[in-house]
Amino acid sequence: MTTKSLNPIPIKERMKVPRQLMPEQPAEQRAHNFEEVNLGFSEELAQQEARRCLECAKPTCTDNCPVGIDVKEFVQRIVIGDFLGAAAKIREANVLPAVTGRVCPQEDQCEGKCLLSKKVKPLGIGYLERFVADYEQRMGTHVVPKATPTGKKVAIVGSGPSGLTVAGDLIQKGHKVRVFEALHEIGGVLVYGIPEFRLPKQIVREQIDYMREMGVEFETDVVVGRTVTIDELMNEEGYDAVYIGTGAGLPQFMNIPGEHLNGVYSANEFLTRINLMKAYKFPVYDEPMLDLHGKHVAVIGGGNTALDAIRSALRLGAEKAYVIYRRSDAEMPARAEEVHHAKQEGIDFQMLTAPVEFLSDGRGWLTGVRCVRMELGEPDSSGRRRPVPIKGSEFELPLSVAIMAIGTTANPIVQTTTPGLDTNKRGYIVASEETQKTSRKGVFAGGDIVTGAATVILAMGAGRRAATSIHEYLTSGSR
Amino acid sequence: MFKIIHAEFLAPGIKRFVIDAPRIARKQQPGQFVILRIYEEGERIPVTIENSDPLRGTINIVVQSAGKTTNLLNTLQTGDSILDVVGPLGKPSEIAKYGTVVVVGGGVGTAMAYPTAAALKREGNRVISIVGARNKDLVILEKEMRAVSDALMITTDDGSYADKGFVTDKLRQLIENGTRIDLVVAVGPIVMMKAVSEMTRKEHIHTVVSLNPIMIDGTGMCGGCRVMIDGKSEFACVDGPEFDGHRVNFEVLVQRNTMYRDAEKLSMEAFQHKQAEQACVTDGAEG
Repeated sequence: MTTKSLNPIPIKERMKVPRQLMPEQPAEQRAHNFEEVNLGFSEELAQQEARRCLECAKPTCTDNCPVGIDVKEFVQRIVIGDFLGAAAKIREANVLPAVTGRVCPQEDQCEGKCLLSKKVKPLGIGYLERFVADYEQRMGTHVVPKATPTGKKVAIVGSGPSGLTVAGDLIQKGHKVRVFEALHEIGGVLVYGIPEFRLPKQIVREQIDYMREMGVEFETDVVVGRTVTIDELMNEEGYDAVYIGTGAGLPQFMNIPGEHLNGVYSANEFLTRINLMKAYKFPVYDEPMLDLHGKHVAVIGGGNTALDAIRSALRLGAEKAYVIYRRSDAEMPARAEEVHHAKQEGIDFQMLTAPVEFLSDGRGWLTGVRCVRMELGEPDSSGRRRPVPIKGSEFELPLSVAIMAIGTTANPIVQTTTPGLDTNKRGYIVASEETQKTSRKGVFAGGDIVTGAATVILAMGAGRRAATSIHEYLTSGSR
Repeated sequence: MFKIIHAEFLAPGIKRFVIDAPRIARKQQPGQFVILRIYEEGERIPVTIENSDPLRGTINIVVQSAGKTTNLLNTLQTGDSILDVVGPLGKPSEIAKYGTVVVVGGGVGTAMAYPTAAALKREGNRVISIVGARNKDLVILEKEMRAVSDALMITTDDGSYADKGFVTDKLRQLIENGTRIDLVVAVGPIVMMKAVSEMTRKEHIHTVVSLNPIMIDGTGMCGGCRVMIDGKSEFACVDGPEFDGHRVNFEVLVQRNTMYRDAEKLSMEAFQHKQAEQACVTDGAEG
């Protein structure tokens, strides 16, 4: 269909247009508030950026998108000013564009494979996705697709990115969909984990309202496995299929001395108190948290969760905010943009450093951490060079709060209450990589509860594959 | 929204609510609890389930006024609603035929011990219950406990009812009398559970305690409820709340439960201030 380009800039000239910069809240200002860091593109910036697209005959960006967004097509619609059309195009593959436009690691996905990046900076696909999603929201005129009811019912366990993707895809195919959420708010990690300055909760609510308009039903305060089991959902409540997307599980600890001291948090707890429970608004909200004003705070770990936690601590008044990470910059799993933003805000990165003991005041409260410097040795099983402690390099940092962000383990509740559901040796649910089918007929699973902690977009990718195979299962009756 | 079908005080500051919660009522087993949030700005707190009626679709919870949230909760009455109630959470008590089981309930912990005692009795155990309270007014569920126990002993700290002393005095008597005890289940204040566990450790009597750390989600996500068991972190919401009392580090539990003492005090004072103001307004209106 795209025989003639509608882009006014000749192909050869496009590389000369610089990648448009994302307007940001100034670092010194944003370090003290929870408002969004990235302010979003204007229509002009979006169109200028969109015109950089080389319109490849075989777009590798789409191939490298876990949910398979037709990037070329939506970008072309921006070029001609059809922003709602662009949003509709994205929505065919992605029910949460305003979310992924903000939190995807685009440098590893679509933008990482952009042809432009061989010579210049890649196309700002994430920025453009966010732009059209926000535009659509502002216009308030999104199209709500209606499908012919199939009479089939699907239960979705967990309302995080994976579950929402399955819900969005299946409702558009005419199935009745009900999402069960353990917490009191819908959105999973999008509401309890990712902070306001990276993903405003209003954005999440709007995306969920849209899903409600499409007909998706939500039930909060249901811990599947405890409040109702998978078998009860299928045998007594009449669900024809179930998707398990229960997400990340319990936080891991290092089991070093002093980890139980008051002042040592897991990142999940720290972020849940802030994001879900609004503890930073205490006493207007009842949930408390330790006062961080003028305090020294460190996060242990180098992923996105670690950065979310420490940047939140900074915004809550921490005087010194450290990232303590045992490997070097190159191995940090956090998104490049987040690391960059954190450095701008004044976060102190203690690289190649590991804690060995948390120090106490003798009355149960944290006063500091003893660390050791590391050097990189031979590659380990993950292919990354193994950090090795340097003898005699121990030092102490005074701290009031330490946040452990070194990963999670599988939440056992669904697995232990669902007979015949196979798990691997680490406790995660075994599911086919192509179809997300589990060992139980009619039960599918995806996201962190299958892979272990990963990203929003990978969980959504699993959700898309699951929706396809659930639809096939429901319409053909086969496994 | 979860409707309160009935609310009544069992003792000063201890209230029982019958709540319309059909899903939870169907699934509740002894040893489990719920987490609730009263209103939009409210905190999530774990609360004891005393009983449930699957046919009526109701659960009974028992709440003792301590901080702001429990005090506020105990102002609610029949017909009021609670915004969120989620459960039943935690692993159920392991109910089996052990032989002779001593069930110890301290204060409001008796409400948590009651369904376990009842289930152990139904399973064919000989159940000896010991209920302790600070004074006569605070002895709760005496009739209920008596109905499910082969023997019931009651102690009050001040001697205002039954025998003066602590639950551990009764437990020591049983041990000294040579009563064969196959299992002790203790639910109550941390100091009580610790004292019971120390006593039974010497006698090699398996002892189960129900822990009450600070908790937020209660579903195995946040890790706030971590407790130290045999020197390692475990989580009360998914690994417990019941643990082998001989493996629990009670000092860490006590210490971690003080983490928000300042904030809790602040909340409580603000709440009392508001209550007093409201009382003034009401008095004025009536006058």
